[in-house]
Amino acid sequence: MDAYLIETVIKIVVILLLFSALAGFGTYFERKVLAFMQRRLGPMNVGPYGVLQIAADGIKLFTKEDLIPQGVVPAIFKIAPVITVATAFMAAAAIPFMPEFTAFGYTVKPIIADINVGILYVIGVMGVGLYGPLLGGMASANKFALISTARAAAVFISYEVVTGLSLLAPLMMVGSLSLIDINNFQAGGFTHWMIWSQPIAFVLFLIAAFAETGRTPFHLIANDHELIDGFGTEYSGMRWGLFFIGEYANMFFISWVIALVFLGGFGDGSVLGALALFLKVSFFFFFFLWTRAAWPDVRPDQLMMLCWKILMPIAVVNIVITGIVMMF
Amino acid sequence: MFKHFLEFFPTTKQKNNTFILEIDYKKIDAFMCNLYGFEILLDISAVDYESDGLKIVYIFRHTNLINTLVLSSFLPHKRVNSIESKFKMASWLEREVFDQYGIIFLGHSNLKRVLNHHQFVGHPLLKSYNITDGQICTKSDSLEDEINKEVKKTSFSKDELMFLNLGPSHPASHGTIRTLVALDGEDIVAAVSEIGYLHRGFEKSCENHTYSAIIPYTDRLNYCSSMMNNIAYVKTIEEMLDIKITPRAMKIRVMLMELSRIMDHLVCLAALLVDMGALTNYWYLYNPREAIYDFLSKLTGSRLTVSFMRVGGMSNDLHETWLEDLQEALKQVQEGTETTLSLIKDNKIFSDRTIDIGVVSKDDALNMGLSGVNLRACGVAHDIRKDSPYYGYDELDFDIVVGEHGDVYDRVMARFMEIDESIKIINQVKENLPDGDVNIINHKVVLPPKQNVYNTIEGVMNHFKLTFDGIQVPKGEYYSSIEAVNGELGFYVVSDGSGTPYKLKVKAPSFTNMSAYPKMIIGHQIADAVLTLGSLNIIAGEMDR
Repeated sequence: MDAYLIETVIKIVVILLLFSALAGFGTYFERKVLAFMQRRLGPMNVGPYGVLQIAADGIKLFTKEDLIPQGVVPAIFKIAPVITVATAFMAAAAIPFMPEFTAFGYTVKPIIADINVGILYVIGVMGVGLYGPLLGGMASANKFALISTARAAAVFISYEVVTGLSLLAPLMMVGSLSLIDINNFQAGGFTHWMIWSQPIAFVLFLIAAFAETGRTPFHLIANDHELIDGFGTEYSGMRWGLFFIGEYANMFFISWVIALVFLGGFGDGSVLGALALFLKVSFFFFFFLWTRAAWPDVRPDQLMMLCWKILMPIAVVNIVITGIVMMF
Repeated sequence: MFKHFLEFFPTTKQKNNTFILEIDYKKIDAFMCNLYGFEILLDISAVDYESDGLKIVYIFRHTNLINTLVLSSFLPHKRVNSIESKFKMASWLEREVFDQYGIIFLGHSNLKRVLNHHQFVGHPLLKSYNITDGQICTKSDSLEDEINKEVKKTSFSKDELMFLNLGPSHPASHGTIRTLVALDGEDIVAAVSEIGYLHRGFEKSCENHTYSAIIPYTDRLNYCSSMMNNIAYVKTIEEMLDIKITPRAMKIRVMLMELSRIMDHLVCLAALLVDMGALTNYWYLYNPREAIYDFLSKLTGSRLTVSFMRVGGMSNDLHETWLEDLQEALKQVQEGTETTLSLIKDNKIFSDRTIDIGVVSKDDALNMGLSGVNLRACGVAHDIRKDSPYYGYDELDFDIVVGEHGDVYDRVMARFMEIDESIKIINQVKENLPDGDVNIINHKVVLPPKQNVYNTIEGVMNHFKLTFDGIQVPKGEYYSSIEAVNGELGFYVVSDGSGTPYKLKVKAPSFTNMSAYPKMIIGHQIADAVLTLGSLNIIAGEMDR
């Protein structure tokens, strides 16, 4: 029991540190990828090729004054960024980041808790993450933050329905909610990937993932051209930084979920499989950036129309068809 | 065509396509009812003749789109009936005259200051107001009176709505423009704009400087295309002096004007697309603009505020490598616009965001004060380059771009197409650039060459006279305009025969474009309002003067 506890704590610490750092690197990648797509160089001055820009940003965020403006609800205002970041990392608990491996004669399962409702838990906890922007925006005493909050709530209800329904069809086929079971269901190589049997669910989930992480073309909640920084307008220093880390961590985790559910995950669990998983995750992370470079944003009402009138009916039909096919 | 009009008003003077007419103040109302075909209002201003009183000036365009009428009248009682009900755009123009001169417009719905601060005391363009009398104003205007009036027109009560200030410092206000909107959810049900944050008393400054010293001031009007303002100004003064500039200067001016047009359109499009979240296009459009700036800095020595034009010509001839530099810049522009178009033209998100947003109908467009490319996007084919050509535009082969629906999409695409047309014009001009001088030889207008100043007595004399007294423009009043980037940029100048203008008024397209804006965004959402403002390309320096 003690060994299990120690192992879990170590795993939690590793994942926390790793993904906090990755979020930092994520911003660097984003800047570089966008820069190259936009015919410029991006950060170049801090360190070789600007890699130390992350450190500079980190120092800035940590040392900046933590302003609590007049008129806000201080307790809620302070806790909101923590909710975003905490839920983002809590969601990671049920994600198998790699296949099992043996180190020094000890078998490590790179998942914190292989619970039998894995995917449901991940999506659920990520959904709770919305309370960050929601509470932060409403506690801010700022009208732009308030509009952003209203957008967040309206948009959330719309895409969460699509997320759930689009996942339902693959889950019906697997018969389990555990991400490891879902992964193992697709073992046997390229042709067994879920994307081939459930292409529609894949596209729907991918679109919903953009809304979930608030990336262009659904960058609405903190749309700087209309709402300054939305719920983050009144935040400064590391509190604002926490929102940022939460957003990037979410991007990584959702990329992991897509890769695990639809693209075969780590396959049979070999080293090659683990590598392939990393490649797939990296591709989806890159895909988020690519889209941002290529497309404009939609309007909130257009996103709601898309979710309710187009995506949701397709998702329902997809479930029905899956059911019929499974019956016969 | 104007036989009837001229019979009716035999005192009308004519210069080029401009009629100048002074009537008795009692006849103004009757004139406004008839208008004699001059049905397009361009500008309203006033002149302060101190002991002789205040004169109001209306500038109209005939429906033939060629002739302009400057109608003026002394107002012994400093009051006149408002023409707001006939011309929607008159609302802000009359407010400006009230603001600057204190003329009361009877029947105006909202007669308050527009450019100066609401705490300001006095009327700065009156000759009795000393230019050095600064005032410190501290309290911002809540605009409550205006927005409440607008909300009353809707079916909403004040308590159901949220009031939100978009600007003066908002990422999408592109400068300092404030729009107070009343929101139902995200829908805008009422909106009022407050401008004047960049008001620096341009016209008052002009009354205190010689004609040549005003040129650098004009740079700061539309700072995205300062060359255009230079040219509009010197062209007016040259026409007042009856000077004909050399063929080479003419063609160089055409080339530089079209280059400015490209530059300004690039800024507008880049900013608009960023407002939409399409970040990448910003660099695709701004990099070529940088190439044009490089060209301009080689030619003029500065990038943004060039101060290149002079009355009678320009500062210097083209630099040695101009042709290569220009060709390189144009190549980059073409590449940039093509890549950008390939990203947005068939993009569903782009079309959904821009089509049917901020629509102005063909009939309303002129009345609301839209001008230039914004006007043409609504379907009105009015382009001064075609209608009353100057600098040999009639010999050039180019098309004017006319839209259909007058929405954001049309305005964006019209700008893209105008860039192509401008490139076409530049290509024609640069092939057949005439040789010769760029400055006329008239030492009452153009500074003599430096050798003469240092070596001959006449040279020194001319130099001193021109620098201290300024160019002596014959007594009279005149209005002349060019097709600038955002619309008709005109200068109304009154000269008393000295080297300093007695009165100078800019007909600034951004000012009238902006006055149409609050009406355009009603019924749309915040996101649409941002795009509408971007598509109008409001330049605060020109609007606030």
